[in-house]
Amino acid sequence: MLVKRLLLAGAMSLMATAAYAECGVENGRISIIGNEFPAIQTVGAGAQECASDTVEVKSNLTADHQKLNVAGMSGNPAEYTTAIIANSSIVALMNDDLIRPLDDLVAKHGDGLSKNQLITIDGKVMAVAFMANAQHLVYRKDVLDELGVEPPKTYEDMLGIAQMIREKGIMENPVGGAYAAGWNLAQEFNNMFLGFGGEFFKPGTAEPNVNSEAGVKALEMMKALSEYMNPDFLTHDSNATNAEYRAGNVALMNMWGSRAATLTTADGVPQEVVDGFAISGPMTVGGGSTPASTLWWDGWTVAKNISDEDAEATFVAMKNAIDPSILNDDGVAIQAVWLIDGYEPTAAATGVFDAANKGTIPYPTFPYMGLMHTALGAELTDFMQGKESAEQALKDVEAAYTAAAKEKGFL
Amino acid sequence: MKHRTFFWFFLPTALAMLIFIAAPIGSVVIQSLFVPHEAVLVETENCGPFGCTKSVVIDQEATAELREAEPLGRFAGLGIYLDRGHLAFAEVSEAWTTSQSIGEFFSDVGDLPFYRAMAFTLTYTFVVTPLLIALGFVIALAVNSLNRRIRGFVIFFSLLPMIVTPLIGSLTLYWMIDSRGVIGEFIQYVAGSPDLSLKASTPLMWIALMVYGIWHSAPFAFVVFYAGLQTVPQDTLESAQIDGATRWQQTRYVVLPHLTPLVTFVALIQLMDNFRVFEPIIGFNASAHATSLSWIIFNDLSGETNQLSAAATTSVLTIIGVAILLSPVLVRTWRDFKGKA
Repeated sequence: MLVKRLLLAGAMSLMATAAYAECGVENGRISIIGNEFPAIQTVGAGAQECASDTVEVKSNLTADHQKLNVAGMSGNPAEYTTAIIANSSIVALMNDDLIRPLDDLVAKHGDGLSKNQLITIDGKVMAVAFMANAQHLVYRKDVLDELGVEPPKTYEDMLGIAQMIREKGIMENPVGGAYAAGWNLAQEFNNMFLGFGGEFFKPGTAEPNVNSEAGVKALEMMKALSEYMNPDFLTHDSNATNAEYRAGNVALMNMWGSRAATLTTADGVPQEVVDGFAISGPMTVGGGSTPASTLWWDGWTVAKNISDEDAEATFVAMKNAIDPSILNDDGVAIQAVWLIDGYEPTAAATGVFDAANKGTIPYPTFPYMGLMHTALGAELTDFMQGKESAEQALKDVEAAYTAAAKEKGFL
Repeated sequence: MKHRTFFWFFLPTALAMLIFIAAPIGSVVIQSLFVPHEAVLVETENCGPFGCTKSVVIDQEATAELREAEPLGRFAGLGIYLDRGHLAFAEVSEAWTTSQSIGEFFSDVGDLPFYRAMAFTLTYTFVVTPLLIALGFVIALAVNSLNRRIRGFVIFFSLLPMIVTPLIGSLTLYWMIDSRGVIGEFIQYVAGSPDLSLKASTPLMWIALMVYGIWHSAPFAFVVFYAGLQTVPQDTLESAQIDGATRWQQTRYVVLPHLTPLVTFVALIQLMDNFRVFEPIIGFNASAHATSLSWIIFNDLSGETNQLSAAATTSVLTIIGVAILLSPVLVRTWRDFKGKA
């Protein structure tokens, strides 16, 4: 027993040395805050490889990362040396001047990063992207084949097929959607609103512009879809919606690319759900040509309020975490649409690629978009429950946004 | 005690209260009167994997200069208190003038975040507090009459709801009341309607939250009352028994009057706690149906918005709310004190 333990300890220390040698970080503190889904967990684990006696690596991956990263990076020195963010959440860090330009570090350690990974804002590299993401259709091929229909290309088709599934008695609530009050509900509105050609703000200003024809139509489509959803839809976030799909209760849903690949790999998923799983591109709506979806990248940043040594260590460790060698693991390769050199698109990536090819609009990066998103998440629930009209709900959104934007000095 | 002795005796406590209670409240009040500077925006070109787009960013150098000049931000006075996110005087008076009926007026006002939160918070506070006191009292009486040998065991189990972390407790109940959960299915069976969903209905969600609140806080009332029951004067009880008082009469005329000060104590603590209801709303994912002042603060502080002034204002309003709620009890305590003096 003792011998075994000694051997194990020896093996561990060997592994540690190997990783240390690979990583090239000698001193410093690395502390990561980020969202939790499979690809980000891979990146977090990659950075952990740089841990040694002299290098401390901590990671905090949680769905609540956006509530923590601003506060955790405001101190001096900052608690988190890097935040893994998306194109929406980098805005909050930029607004409060919490992340440092990476140009010097890219010049020194940036070999192997391709140009389209570098997120430049105002001419300065502010983040390094490692994956692309978009919401797109995920469906049950076996169910659609049974009905003899093609996967829907538009949301109108989706409604028609949902109706057929219900009438045939195959499923009671065949449509899935992450419509949980708050961030998720607002994001589904954003998709639909952009699909109808809406613009969130009056051009060149921070004045809201959602109470428009596109806004009303977007809400009406969401309401029509919700008739085919589990009645608890206002409490279902992405995780809960995926659970519904895994349980075989849902045949059609708009889901994140980053969650699609591993959707049916959980324990206890019925075989017909695993076999019938299929992915398609994002749908359009209302006869428009722009998909009702948004394009996203996920990447990492380096905190401003930390020592140069920690910043360098963080950069090197995070770059190590997105090293092209991670793609050698097939399990990792399917987790996301990696923007890393040498990535070959897998079957799971078709949805996101289709979104990019069809001209899906990237999620807006205005400094006041977060306020709009929050206002939408809080004020649309009354309409979804049938308590008020679409116009009234959108009027409330604009009023809530205006109050917040006035406070923050945007209006 | 001499004044001088009292002063030195009380000084450490007073200092601690000043640092840990008065200073934070003062800081929150100041924060609620100021708002961030006007944002200085500059046009930029942002590039990434999907090409380049024109956008705007905040000019950090100009903002830093503004901050240097006025570190607290712009003075807003009561501006934030009166805006739509809080007391919304302008919106309320508009609703008053434009609405045709009282019903319409209340529905318009109920659409405003502050009043919507208050409607739930007050209902919750005034339903949960009396019920949990009653339930706690009944449990205490029941446990007190148990055989000594099993009493410790039962006390431990009665305390469990309070030991469970509120967020975990509410999440557990959340899954049980799901339309496919144990309680959810049972309710569908009893009501005879397979489509019934607790989470989709505002009244049922309110009831679920309140049931959770009573379940969670009753052990607190129970423990306090149980301790009180150990001090009930046995002589009085015995003489009541000799006089032929029934069990109910003994409880009503001997036990209850003896425990009245404890009822006041439990009511005070629980009114305060229930007014700050928060965890069950998060645990039940119930923000579409019910919000509270604490939930508004949490929502304002989310990373993408980070509305410190709005959150500070709601905090001050919460403190004022608690003060109003507790004033009858506090006035009574003060009178009792004066009466004794």
